[in-house]
This record gives sequence, structure tokens and C-alpha cells, in this order.
Amino acid sequence: MTRQATIKKLTASPLLWPAAALVALLAVNLVLTPSFLSIRIQDGHLFGSLIDILRNGAPTMLVALGMTLVIASRGIDLSVGAVVAVSGALACAHIASATDPTSPGTVVTATGIALGAAVALGLWNGTLVSVFGVQPIIATLVLMTAGRGIALFITDGQIVTITSPPFKVLGAGYAFGLPVAILVSLSVFALVGLLTRRTALGMLLESVGINPEASRLAGVRYRSIVFAVYVFCALCAGIAGLMIASNISAADANNAGLWIEMDAILAVVIGGTSLLGGRFSLTGTILGALIIQTLTTTIYTAGITPETTLVFKALVVIAVCLLQAPKFRAALSRRRPRPQPRSGPPAPATAIPPQATPSRQPTGPTTQASAMATK
Amino acid sequence: MSTQTAIRPRAVGSDILQRARGRYLSPLVSLVLFVLLFAVLITRYDFASPTQVFLNLLVDNAYLIVLAVGMTFVILTGGIDLSVGAVVALSTVIVAATLRAGWPMPLAVGTVLVVGPLLGLLMGLVIEYFDVQPFIVTLAGMFLARGLCYVISVDTLPIKDPLLREFGLNYVYLYEDKFIRWTVVIAIAVVVIAAYVLHQTRFGRTVYAVGGNRQSAQLMGLDAARARVSVYVISGLCAALAGLLLAVQKLSGYSLNGIGLELDAIAAGVIGGVLLSGGVGFVIGSVIGVLVLGTIQTFVTAENLDSYWTRIMTGVLLLMFVLVQRLVMRKPG
Amino acid sequence: MTAPVSGPTDAPVVHLRDVTIDFPGVKALDGVDFRLLPGEIHALMGENGAGKSTLIKALTGVYDIDSGSILVDGVERRFSGPRQAQDAGISTVYQEVNLCTNLTVAENILLGREPRRFGRIDSRAMNARAGALLGELDLSIDPRSTLGDHPIALQQLVAIARATAVSARVLILDEPTSSLDAGEVAELFRVMRRLRDGGTAILFVSHFLDQVYEISDRMTVLRNGRLIGEYPTAALDRVQLIAAMLGHELDLLEEIEDAVATGESTAGESVLSARDIGRAPGIHPMDLDVHRGEVLGLAGLLGSGRTELARLIFGADRATSGQMSVNGRPTKVRSPRAAIAKGFAFSSEDRKREGIVGDLTVQDNLVLALQARRGFARPLSKKVKEDLVSRYMEALDIRPRVPSALVKNLSGGNQQKVLLARWLITEPQLFILDEPTRGIDVGAKAQIQKLVADLAGDGMGVLFISAELDEVARISDRITVLREGHCVAQVGTECTVRELTSLIAGGGEL
Repeated sequence: MTRQATIKKLTASPLLWPAAALVALLAVNLVLTPSFLSIRIQDGHLFGSLIDILRNGAPTMLVALGMTLVIASRGIDLSVGAVVAVSGALACAHIASATDPTSPGTVVTATGIALGAAVALGLWNGTLVSVFGVQPIIATLVLMTAGRGIALFITDGQIVTITSPPFKVLGAGYAFGLPVAILVSLSVFALVGLLTRRTALGMLLESVGINPEASRLAGVRYRSIVFAVYVFCALCAGIAGLMIASNISAADANNAGLWIEMDAILAVVIGGTSLLGGRFSLTGTILGALIIQTLTTTIYTAGITPETTLVFKALVVIAVCLLQAPKFRAALSRRRPRPQPRSGPPAPATAIPPQATPSRQPTGPTTQASAMATK
Repeated sequence: MSTQTAIRPRAVGSDILQRARGRYLSPLVSLVLFVLLFAVLITRYDFASPTQVFLNLLVDNAYLIVLAVGMTFVILTGGIDLSVGAVVALSTVIVAATLRAGWPMPLAVGTVLVVGPLLGLLMGLVIEYFDVQPFIVTLAGMFLARGLCYVISVDTLPIKDPLLREFGLNYVYLYEDKFIRWTVVIAIAVVVIAAYVLHQTRFGRTVYAVGGNRQSAQLMGLDAARARVSVYVISGLCAALAGLLLAVQKLSGYSLNGIGLELDAIAAGVIGGVLLSGGVGFVIGSVIGVLVLGTIQTFVTAENLDSYWTRIMTGVLLLMFVLVQRLVMRKPG
Repeated sequence: MTAPVSGPTDAPVVHLRDVTIDFPGVKALDGVDFRLLPGEIHALMGENGAGKSTLIKALTGVYDIDSGSILVDGVERRFSGPRQAQDAGISTVYQEVNLCTNLTVAENILLGREPRRFGRIDSRAMNARAGALLGELDLSIDPRSTLGDHPIALQQLVAIARATAVSARVLILDEPTSSLDAGEVAELFRVMRRLRDGGTAILFVSHFLDQVYEISDRMTVLRNGRLIGEYPTAALDRVQLIAAMLGHELDLLEEIEDAVATGESTAGESVLSARDIGRAPGIHPMDLDVHRGEVLGLAGLLGSGRTELARLIFGADRATSGQMSVNGRPTKVRSPRAAIAKGFAFSSEDRKREGIVGDLTVQDNLVLALQARRGFARPLSKKVKEDLVSRYMEALDIRPRVPSALVKNLSGGNQQKVLLARWLITEPQLFILDEPTRGIDVGAKAQIQKLVADLAGDGMGVLFISAELDEVARISDRITVLREGHCVAQVGTECTVRELTSLIAGGGEL
């Protein structure tokens, strides 16, 4: 490809805005703290602000990955925070009550229990959505409400602290110089990326999200796919829960994963996947998660009081979402004096002669069902 | 004398049943459920005055009632407003901070009642005219409001204004020794006004029409865009008002107030029969939903259970209602 | 049938003069002259794509007209939206009944025009007014009941009541009887006659010929955007009407049937054999047989049950009666996946809602069915995919030849070809084609028709559904004729086209 063509392809990519935002944030950080990008070796592993971003953002990144697939299927999962709490609670409860908390075997069993529960909760969500036909937002709201209560029930309302070196590895450990947590998240990213793009799963999932009825008639296993994405999302949340619990060596059912579902959804949306379902971008989600984490760090290193973090977060979210909204971009470009080519809208597919837009927009009734998430 | 139509004439009894199904079924079920729960509550525990227990429900949840009313407007049009909890907190903080800075009380209260709707207006405009999903826009609104809270003050700010203190602390005696507080009076007034607007004004009919079928509403000549923006303004106003009620109840402003409150409001709506898809539901349903949630809370407290049982039971109730609604909607119309 | 109240010499209440509406690539209306007289029921006839809905949208202010003029009561008008048309006295009730089912009957009738007192809605007056309007039409519907609790038939009558509340000059009814049973249709007609007798002009679009003959005073026939003629109903018999709609003189029809008779049947053994297959209440039990190398045509007008029958066979809907055998072995087909596993393919008539996945590329759309059958774990390799895609794009002449283009940006004809190619890639043994040439330019139409013939020649069994009679006659080896959910005839190539026409029209003896 010629250089011009490459540039054109890159600028046309939907990842442009999130990538640009991330670069801008990093640049701001660099200006404020010249040593921002420096990485040094300490205690046998890499150390620096960038490393902190990666380690702290790993759980959100993981949950966001799962959330991406659910949103692509035209759904949403509000219960991930609760699953995070339940997962951490089960693992810590098991270790705390084990005969030998420090043995790797105990840790493995605890992990198994936690992840098994996560999968069960994912199946629960999947059943409500695909078998009972409940709207995803309500179906997962149920678990969001009750789930944290269940987690508190498991820990009896206390913060369960444990001492178990093998358990600490996931959240606080380092391997090959990097935090284990980010390695896990990136591995899942690689795995899901391979799974969706190297197999046909990605395309089938997008097809389900874009046009569920056409997909069903084309023979796509609609129900299995819906089940799968909710289970996967819950599984990611389960692993993230273990990460968080491992990081503090405790299960805090009240605070573990609080608002992580919102951060995850934001990461997905910033990354360019539409809430209405269909085409999705895992890379975009990773970028989105990094943006959110970097933002927090930026504010901190800039010396701005942490209280304003949320305000900046709000502004960034709105900015990116507006920039992605076609109507907003259209409103902006109307101000520019550059002559626009006279392009008619593409002829929509209708069974009757194509109804393009003549001199005026037809405001007649269209018999399209609008997705539930809209309006 | 009009002739019978060829299309299924109905008998009177089934007429009432017909009317009872559909719009009224869910709130009726919620009401029955509330009565049942409340009955269980008072028979299980030896309260000195069951009436007062009921009145206490209203006192403790006055602000949530107002919040749920505002949320109902938004949900009726098929939208959602995740910012209301943060706006409640922001309101408490603004009123406390401005009073401490020496502002006269009416000005402090007035500011709050302007900020809430203003934020709602901004969100509504972005949702309607730029076609961004309500979930995301109101989520950003939540961050913004909560962030502003922290910026103004992180600590608890006490409210010392005498008029407000009187308003919050004074009892309003109904009969014998049964009492409520002024906050309840305001909440009830809000409910009445909201019900009036929704059922007796053209705007209210537009809200329902837009929620039921936006395209049809537009084809019938209604201003759907204006309705959709207005409901966010109303929600913002109710959130601001709820914040004032909370501030007066606790006599302080605290930026960590109201975390998760928007979900309580949504749950109250769902339990009260307001459909998240829009077009169906009554404010009184949301009020009943709030009372149901309050009863669960009272039950958990009286039974000396850990507070997390509230969440579990709320989740179970939510599930029940959702499944019941699915069954009801599946019946042929 | 009563004589029309007005005669052709009366001044029309609505007059379209030489109206043309252009869309990119097609003239939806081409110099159409249309007159609607007061106090008449006027039927607008034509097959899909003839321009009926465009004409209605022009009348109701949804579309601008590119040339010509619209006159209401002799005064030229330009509507910029539905509200202006309503204010000019033209109201429309669409097929999907655009009301709000969550509101009451009275609220729907008077939405936006509720009687008010001191700023608040006067419910009592509203209910009374609504009740009065309903009473004028002799309808005993409780104005306080919720609209959604009533069957569609009643909702439609409420929509008509709303139209009369707004105006009573012109009422347009777009396919009002599609979801009604016989009793409900009778009720609707009673209301329509009452309005007509009161001076309202009613424009009535329907594909049910029996009903059109029963209720209308005059009819206008459109074809391919052009006016074919304006006739008093009594002066045009069914066969002439269909000939006018479908576009051939009867001699030409007979010419075609000669061409049909030449082909020898190359039919092999049975691919699909269905006995007593049906689905209550719409599709009555009937038999169907398709053989290898044979094209079985399903003929009948819209609403005769062709699509529903096709969906039953494909497993998209559950049959309530009957058995199916595939290749001689009895099987149950309960879902599209099961059908596809048996080698069935189904190209739906609603391309947009049930066919193409708009935001995916042409390539992805093409391989969708094949990939779904293979399962996600066995993805097609890039080379195989590209190979298949280029082969089929070439074979079907899909334009533009860009596999990475989004399907939603293609023209209707090319989208249909993508859909067909999607199924062809799965190499089915039975291919069900529902209206594959609808809404497509002439060139693509011919290509698809030839393709179908070639497929049969290669040994595939084809079930071909179309409302265009000449197309069905030209392509099919045998034809099953449906009318209102019944199979009324199974004919071979020896049946004349004229006979076929009357079977469909229902006027002839069986």
C-alpha cells in the first residue's frame, strides 16, 4: 500500500478517536511529569507510572472485554460488579476456612469455586435473557441488586482478610517483570481476539447483534451465542474479582468492583462499539479501559485534587461520545466552509422501489422495529 | 340505540376484568403485595402503633418518593436517568455549602432548584438532538454531578439554618399522637401534581404517547422531541427537590449521599408496574414500589438481620415482578 | 352493491394532475392522473412496486412531488407534512394502525385535540365526544377502554374514528383488511358505506379482489408507476383487472404459455413431500410435492398464504398439522437450523428485516449461512472464502464487485443477489424463493429468473413464489394455486394462463 493509502486507512479507522485521546492524555502526563514515561527495574520487576496504570486497570479491562461481547449481542450486563464481589468473597471465605490457607492446593480450589460460581451466574443471566425473553437491562439489574447482598452474606458483612502468598500472585504478583494481573488480562484479550476473529464466532456474534431475525433464518445458533456471551462476561468478572481480592488479600464485599460495570460500559463505548449491538472492537475496548485508567492517573499526577477526577471523567466521556455521534459530527462540519460533494444517501433496501430522500425527508411511518435499548 | 358490532360484544363482568388487566394489573399486584408484606410485618412484631409504622415508612422515604416520581416520567418515555442519585447528593452539598457561605436561605434553595433541572436540560438536549444513548449521557451526568460534589466539599457540612431545621425536625401531628414530617407533605404534593400532569394535561398524554409509540405520536401531530427533553428536566427537578428533602432530614450536606439511589428509584418503578420499555405505568405505582422497598427495609431492621438482606430480598422481588410482567404481556390482547 | 352517489361528471375532491415522483434509479410515479370524487369508495389497484403507496404518500404530504400538481377541491396545494394534509381534510389509516396502544380509545381518538377546561383535560367531555364519534359510526366500543386490549380490527375502526374527528372529506385506507376475519371485514365495510353515504371520499387499497369488488364504486389501476386506467367497478371483470395489473394483454399471456409448454419435465424423485401441512388459523391443511430438477410455483395474490406456507416448510414457524418427508424419509423440521441441515434454503420476501445483515460486508453476508452450518469452530479459511466470494459475485453479477462493501449500501437488486448467493453457497437440494424479483430493476430480474431455471436444470428442487403471474407461469414446471390459505388447484404446464388467472381471482368455477 502506498503511504497515502495507509494514512487514509488509519484516519478512517474508528479507533482513531480513542487512540488520539489516549495519546493526548499520555502527552499531558508527560508535560506535567517529565519522568512519567520512565520505567526502571526495582525489586526484580518493572516499576513506573505506566506499570501502575497497567496493573490498576487490569480488572476493569478484563470486565470490559466480557462486556464488549454482551453489548455486541444487543444486550448489557449490569451485574458484573456483583459477580466480582461474589467471586472474591467465595475465594477468601474458602481460603480463610481451609486447614492450610497457604497451600497452593487450597488456592486452586478456591479459584475453582469462585469461577464456577461466576459461570453459574452467567448462565442465570443467559437463561433470563434468551429463554424467558427478559430485557437484558432488567435481567441483569436483578443480579446487580441481589448479588452484592449475596456476597455480603458469604462474608457475613465483614471484610475477610487472609494470608496466603500463593493467592497474592494474581493481583499483586509480578511475572517476567510485569504485573501478573495485566498479563492475565492481556492473555484473555489475545484469547478472545483469536476466538472471535480466527473462528467465525466474531462474525456470527455481530450478525446476531445487527439483525437477530435474519441470523436465525440463516441458521445461526442464536440462543447458544447469547448464553455464551453472558457466561463469558460473568467469567471475566469472576477472574477480575479474584484479581481484586488478591490485590488486597481480602474480600470487601461492599466495595469490591463498585461501579466497575459503569467503567466497563464506558470503556466499550469509548472504544467504538455501539450500545445498540453489532460490530464490536476488542482493541477499542482495551484502549477505552486504558483511557479511563490513564485519566485517573493523569489527574493524580497533575496534582489536581482527586475530587475532580469524576468531573474530568464526565467531560472526556461526553467528548468522545459526541465525537462518535454522526449527528454531532454533521453539526460541526456544517460550520466549515469546505464545499461538500453532493452525495446522495445510499439507497436503502426496501422491497418496494428504493425510497431515497428526495427534496425532503419522508416523515412517513416505517415499519421497523426499533431496538429496545433505543428511545 | 346503536347496534351491536359484529366484533365480540362483551359482558359487563368481563368488562371490568378487561379493564383490570393491562394497564392496571401491575400496580394492583404491587399494591396487594405491599399490603401482604405490611400485614406480615405488623403481625410478626408487636409494634405499639402499626399506623405509625406505616407513617414512618412515608417519613423515612419521602425523598425517595419524590425521586421515583421524577424517574417515572423519564421511564415512561422509554428513557433512563442514572444521574439522579448524584444530583441528590449535589443538592445537599450545594444547599449546605451556600448556607455556610452566608447566602440567604431562599437563594440557597433556589440555586439548588435551578441546578438540577439545568443539568437535566443539558442531558435531554444531547440525548434528543445528537441521538446519544440515554444510558451513557446520564451516566456522564452522574459523574459530573458527583464530581462537582467532591469539588465543593468532601466533608459533611452541617445545616444550621433555623427555618430549615424547624422544617426538618418538626412533627406534623395528624391525630392522637400519630405524626409525620413536613417532608412527607411535600412528597405527597409532588405525587399529586405529577399525577395531575400525567393524566390531566396534554403534556402528560404526550409523554405516554411518545413512550408507547414514538412514530405514531409524531404522526398524530405531537411534539415528541419536546416531551423527551422535558422529562429529563422534570427528573432533574425532582432529584433536586429530593436532595433538599434529604438535606433537611439529615440536616447536613454530604457528597457521598445517594450512591445507588437511582437504581432504587428504577427498582421502585419496576416493582410498581412501570415498564422500562415505556408507555405504561403510573406514578402511584412507583410510590407503591417505594413503600414495598421501605417495608423490606423495616422488616430487615426489625428482624435484626444484616442490612445486606435488604438487597437480596429486593432482588428477589424484582425478579418476581419481571417474570410476572413477562407472563402478563404474553397473553393475547 | 349500491350505485355510486356521484358520477364521473362531478368535481373531484382530490385531483392529481400529471404527477411524477422520481427516486434515484426509478420513477415511482410517472405522469399519473388520478381523480377522487366525493361520496365514493375508490379502489387503488396494482401489484407491489406499482406506485400505490407512493401515490398515497404524495397525497398525505409525506413525499414531495417532482412535477404535476395536487388539487384539493380545485385549489392547488403543496403539503409539507402530514399535519397539513390532515388540515386540508385528508386523513389516512395505515396498515399498521399508527395509534398508541397504551392509551385509551378516547385518548387515541382525540390525541392532540383533547377538550380542555381551565387548562386541564376534561376527561368527561373527551369520553363523551369520543363516544359520540364512535356512535356516529354505529360502533359500540367503550371509549375508556385501553386500545391495546382490543383486536386489530377494532383498533382500525378507532383509527377511522380518529380520522373522522380530524376531518371527514377524504379517508385513505391502506390495506385495512389484511388482518381481519370475515365478520370484522363486514363491520369495516358497514362503517365505510356509512361514511361514503355521508359524503366522504374513501380511497381504498387492497389486494383482496373479492373485497374490492364488493365495496368499491370505481377503481384506478397503476402499473410500474403509470396510470393504466380508471374504471367503474361494474365495468371491469376480474380477469381484465388482473391483466391490467400484471401488464399483459391476454394474447400476450397466451404467447407466454406457449413458451412454457415446450420444456420437458426433467423432474426426478421427490425432494420434499408434505401432507396435510397447515398452521391454524391461517393456513389450512394442504399437500405439497417438490421433485429434483423441478420448479414448483406457488401462485396467488398477497395474503393467500404463500409466505406462511414457505415458512412452515422451512421451520421458521411451527406447523400445527401435517407431516413432511424429505427424500422419502419422514422428518420433522422444527427450526431453520434443522431445515438447513436437511439441505433447505429460504430466501425471505422481506429482504431488509429477514434477509440481509446490513452492517456486515458482502463477503460476510455471502458466507453467513454456510458458516452457521459449519459451526463457529470451523471457520472458512481466508483463501476459500475469497474464492467462493469472487466466484459467486461473478456468477450472479453482483455489483459493485467489492467484497468489503457494506451490504446496506447496495441497490435492492444486488442485495437480493447477495441473499440468493448466500443460499447457493450452501448447495441446497430444495431452494425456497419468496418474491425474489420484487422491487428490482428489470435487468437483475431477468438474471434471477434465468438463474432459477438453471438451478432446476442442475437438479435442484425449487419452490418459487411470486405475485407476478407471468413470471410464475414462465418459470414453473408445475403450479400450486393458493387462495386465502387454501390450496385451490395444482396445475401443470397444460393449464392456460387465462385459466390460471381466474383460479387466482377466484371468480371461476373450480
